[in-house]
Amino acid sequence: MTATGKLGILNPLAIIFENHLARLGMVIIGIFILAALFAPWLAPHDPIAQNLGQRLQPPSWTYPLGTDDLGRCVLSRMIHATRISLRIGLLVVGITAISGSIIGLFSGYTGGITDELIMRATDVFLAFPGIVLALVVAGVLGPGLTNTMLALALIGWTGYARLVRGCVLSTREKTFVEATQVLGAGHVYIMFRHILPEVLGPVLVMATLGMGWTILSSAALSFLGLGAQPPVPEWGAMLSSGRPYLRTAWHLSTFPGLAIMVVVLAFNFLGDGLNDALNHKKKPADGN
Amino acid sequence: MPVLQIENLQIAYPGANDPLVVADDIDIQINAGESMGLLGESGCGKTSIALGIMRLLPPQARLSGQIWLKGQNLLSLPDQEMQRIRGKQIAMIFEQPATCLNPLMTVGDQISEVFQFHASYSSKASKRETIELMGRLGIDAPEKRYRHYPHEFSGGMMQRIMIAMALALKPALLIADEPTTALDVTIKAQIVQELKDTLARMNTSLLLISHDLGIAAHLCDRVAVMYGGMIVELGSRRQILITPRHPYTRALLDAARGQEDQLIDQDVYRLSKGCRFYPQCPERQSVCQETTPAMQNGVRCFLAH
Repeated sequence: MTATGKLGILNPLAIIFENHLARLGMVIIGIFILAALFAPWLAPHDPIAQNLGQRLQPPSWTYPLGTDDLGRCVLSRMIHATRISLRIGLLVVGITAISGSIIGLFSGYTGGITDELIMRATDVFLAFPGIVLALVVAGVLGPGLTNTMLALALIGWTGYARLVRGCVLSTREKTFVEATQVLGAGHVYIMFRHILPEVLGPVLVMATLGMGWTILSSAALSFLGLGAQPPVPEWGAMLSSGRPYLRTAWHLSTFPGLAIMVVVLAFNFLGDGLNDALNHKKKPADGN
Repeated sequence: MPVLQIENLQIAYPGANDPLVVADDIDIQINAGESMGLLGESGCGKTSIALGIMRLLPPQARLSGQIWLKGQNLLSLPDQEMQRIRGKQIAMIFEQPATCLNPLMTVGDQISEVFQFHASYSSKASKRETIELMGRLGIDAPEKRYRHYPHEFSGGMMQRIMIAMALALKPALLIADEPTTALDVTIKAQIVQELKDTLARMNTSLLLISHDLGIAAHLCDRVAVMYGGMIVELGSRRQILITPRHPYTRALLDAARGQEDQLIDQDVYRLSKGCRFYPQCPERQSVCQETTPAMQNGVRCFLAH
């Protein structure tokens, strides 16, 4: 049944495709990426233009998801908001995964006092609940999307650093590292050519799960008013601005909330699927 | 001038109370084209000496004494210089060829590393050299096999590849740490013969580390027997194998003939005086417990002096 059985070797892509949840995750993420790429063409209305005569309309043919308190099309705003969420996700995850991995690689390979200092620094960051620390940073730096990204990046790298360091510690002791040194390889070469490829699998899984976490956290910061500022369309901010109208216009908060949930769930499904596919010790999920 | 001369080498690890001395008072000299065997059971310090020569021991290891490679003291070289010597002047092969190759990298890319590190070959030239080398080893369709991963090669072929890589740049000295232990008997004989022929052709010296008297007898001109971190007897292959003088050498030869085996008690590394073999020696005398015997005429034993 599984792809592993057929060829006797692990084919990560085949395993992901056999995992229904991971496939579902990929499809959902694909839809959101397309929505982000083609937002101006897909959105039926201008996401920012106000039309006070049409405020708080329920879903209709003209406004599929209704209008908000300023008469703006909720669907159009949501489509444009995918751009912001995905951009924050990609940027923050990209920055944290790369910087965290390099720090972890360096820390684990060097060992000794350097390692000790870096790991105690990550301990300090990990001692605070992530979102609280992000709140503090965003609060100090002031509200705004750039500062949201900075705050999330500042707290996000520690996980990657710890993960990579752990993998490096075990890989560094393998004979082929010694054998390569014996051939005359330098430390930098060994770190990047021989050890880094070994840790890419776990990092990829963590980065995928991290996309979901980042999108959720940035929405949370926007919900609290520290992220996207009006009139920029953002899911968390939309959710927040719809709150006073929950009884009269349920669609204002419901649809952005659903979008956040579905995207985060999709990234988690994909991350789990990747984990099954890349984690050789574990059997792939049975696909149901 | 000898290719390798080790003088008074001591390797110790700092311990809670006393340092743990894993190799003590080591004197070895290997001339050009000569093969030297370093024999002894597991844990006697053979591999520590090999890694000490390569300067690849863990950072907490303390080395004293001198290791001269063609008149250059390796222990006082800066790291950069040492890195240029590894692989070019001293090569090393290990016990398990399968674990010496990175499973995530193609075999061809790994062989070509040796050309890139030292000969400053372009990637294209080193690929050509690699394919030529693989062809010489009798690998079919080397262009295709270049892109294969380590698990697609047999153990014997991998050890051939490791040997060919080690000798690709014609080093002055090859350190072989149990090169055939992981191989099956028929392949073992073939590879030992191939190694012997290649070394003779290139006039490369060999430091063979093994507990296998058979391959030492086949490859080595001279043999040093180690026990508990010390060389207890050193002499020509003939002398050691036929007329051993140290009680431990005799015990080792008996063990090789299928008689009783014994393991080093780790406490011997903490003995501050006396012969290391004293606790287990069948011929011990009171003097052996009091004084460490010196190396005299190639043997470290009062009974033979």
